Amino acid sequence: MSIEVRHIRKTFGNFVALDDVSLDLPTGELVALLGPSGSGKTSLLRIIAGLEPPDAGEVHFDREEATNRSARERKVGFVFQHYALFKHMTVFENVAFGLRVRPRATRPPPAAITAKVNELLKLVQLEWAGERYPSQLSGGQRQRIALARALAVEPRVLLLDEPFGALDAKVREELRRWLRRLHDELHITSIFVTHDQEEALELANRVVVLHNGKIEQIGTPDELYHSPATPFVYNFLGNVNLFHGRIEDGQVYIRGTSLPANGGQPDLAHANGKDAMVYVRPHLLDMNLRPIVKGAFAATVRHINAAGPKVKVELTSQWGDPVQVEIDHDRLRELQLEPGVEVYLSPRENRVFVYQI
Amino acid sequence: MPPAEPIVPPPPDRVARAAGTSARLTRATADPPWARALIIAAALIFLALFLVIPLAAVFVAAFAQGVGVYLAAVTNPEARSAIRLTLMTAAIAVPLNMVFGLAAAWAITRFDFRGKNLLTTLIDLPFAVSPVIAGMLYVLLFGAQGLLGRSLADRNIRIIFAVPGIVLATIFVTLPFVARELIPVMEASGTEEEQAAITLGATGWQTFWRVTLPKVKWGLLYGVIICNARAMGEFGAVSVVSGHIRGLTDTMPLYIEILYNDYDFAAAFAVASLLTSLALVTLLAKRFLGRRITDAPRVAAEGPGVDRRAA
Repeated sequence: MSIEVRHIRKTFGNFVALDDVSLDLPTGELVALLGPSGSGKTSLLRIIAGLEPPDAGEVHFDREEATNRSARERKVGFVFQHYALFKHMTVFENVAFGLRVRPRATRPPPAAITAKVNELLKLVQLEWAGERYPSQLSGGQRQRIALARALAVEPRVLLLDEPFGALDAKVREELRRWLRRLHDELHITSIFVTHDQEEALELANRVVVLHNGKIEQIGTPDELYHSPATPFVYNFLGNVNLFHGRIEDGQVYIRGTSLPANGGQPDLAHANGKDAMVYVRPHLLDMNLRPIVKGAFAATVRHINAAGPKVKVELTSQWGDPVQVEIDHDRLRELQLEPGVEVYLSPRENRVFVYQI
Repeated sequence: MPPAEPIVPPPPDRVARAAGTSARLTRATADPPWARALIIAAALIFLALFLVIPLAAVFVAAFAQGVGVYLAAVTNPEARSAIRLTLMTAAIAVPLNMVFGLAAAWAITRFDFRGKNLLTTLIDLPFAVSPVIAGMLYVLLFGAQGLLGRSLADRNIRIIFAVPGIVLATIFVTLPFVARELIPVMEASGTEEEQAAITLGATGWQTFWRVTLPKVKWGLLYGVIICNARAMGEFGAVSVVSGHIRGLTDTMPLYIEILYNDYDFAAAFAVASLLTSLALVTLLAKRFLGRRITDAPRVAAEGPGVDRRAA
């Protein structure tokens, strides 16, 4: 089912949770609503589900206005961060709930309900757990039951509110991969909320980045990572170094040192004399012992962390700002770095955002 | 994860065999045996002196003049009338307060509205007001000289010195019990399960019966039991509105007092023992329910490695 959200606005007292948000999601996608806490992502999900009324705006399901339909009538599957399983019912009864509460005319016969529930328990790989109570299962198992319960009513769309937020890192990763496969199998339009950029980039085929109740960017994980539209998106998706500079003659200058503008940059010629922010990812800074590259700037090594696939080096730039660089272990040996050494950094690739004043 | 320290110190031979640190820890955190014995003895002696012995005395006094006198005392028409009135009053007051308690707890925990704090405070009012004053309130309202007394008398409706007054006073006094018991339970349980039920297609009514009520049922039953105990035992408020018409408006507590004032001790204690038995049954039920509440499946057990299978 396709979902369209038009000019949604939602406030809680003086706090604007969503400010004129519009969104168009085609059928069958796995979409992430990504943003920091307070960005409005959960509110948007709950408005789509019908659990929260918007102050203004419309929600359309398959080109049909659904804003005034109740959560009950929308036929969405909703998965809560803390599972919200019915504690007094067995796992089997939890999954059967949506079928049992149907009006008699559309309620499947008991044998069909049993068959359906068993099929779903098999799908979430918990067929042995039917007679257990939710409290007897681990967090990851509970969340899979919550998912099976939501799928039992054959929803047209699956909405997941921070589905992995309450789980520990290892389980979270497993469940993430599992959900990806499940979606590939079922092709049900799914939207999940997360504040974890890694989760969004890995799982979704489309990511909506929200910030302060507005959409910052919509795109595939690739687009988002490689051509972020705003400083916020660049910042939010991975570590980044920030330099404040000025644009002169189509070049970015940071206190007198010019940085070469490269690939995919906005045309800087018209921005002459304006302030700019330069973003460079830690792994896109080259490190040398001499200023052999044009536009290199000096920095002093402060701390070296070699535990990991890459070496993380913390430095202080010649202007006194902290800088993070990631280099290979081989390069670390070549340079023979230690705290206090002065090196020269040059961005292989950077991204310039001009202040719109 | 290391196993949790046992709350009860293990027997000495096991302490000796246990690894050095954990044994020392256990000894360091446990009270010395003589202190434990002293504290337990103090509690038990206190309980015996002030509860068990007087309670036993009631039954001893009740049977002091033999079983025949006892049976006669609890089966004579006045006693039977008192028992019937007490049971009837409880049968009316308790269900009404159950409905009120559910509604009030629901309103307070689920909705935001003006006057919510006032409602929360007012629910406690019957606790704060002396039962005698509660009785007086109804006399002021419905008595012969009361605000509504004249118009009620014109229509030949008797409330004060009649059964309706007794029921009203009992409802007033027992009003807070169910709501007070339910509010924390409902507050703690949140609304996510209800939201889940609704997204799964349940109607409001189905959600209440299948999700909310089972979630709070032990709390509700607990409240009902305490409410019932008080409804059967209430003296002060009922005494004011009853008028003490023997065989008509005497509840068990009132009847006991009359017998006692008449120096009919054997009969007084016989009826008292009956009322006490009702209270004991109620307490036992409460105890049983209390165990049910804590025994509800809560033990987290890992399934046979399915999280790994999911990978």
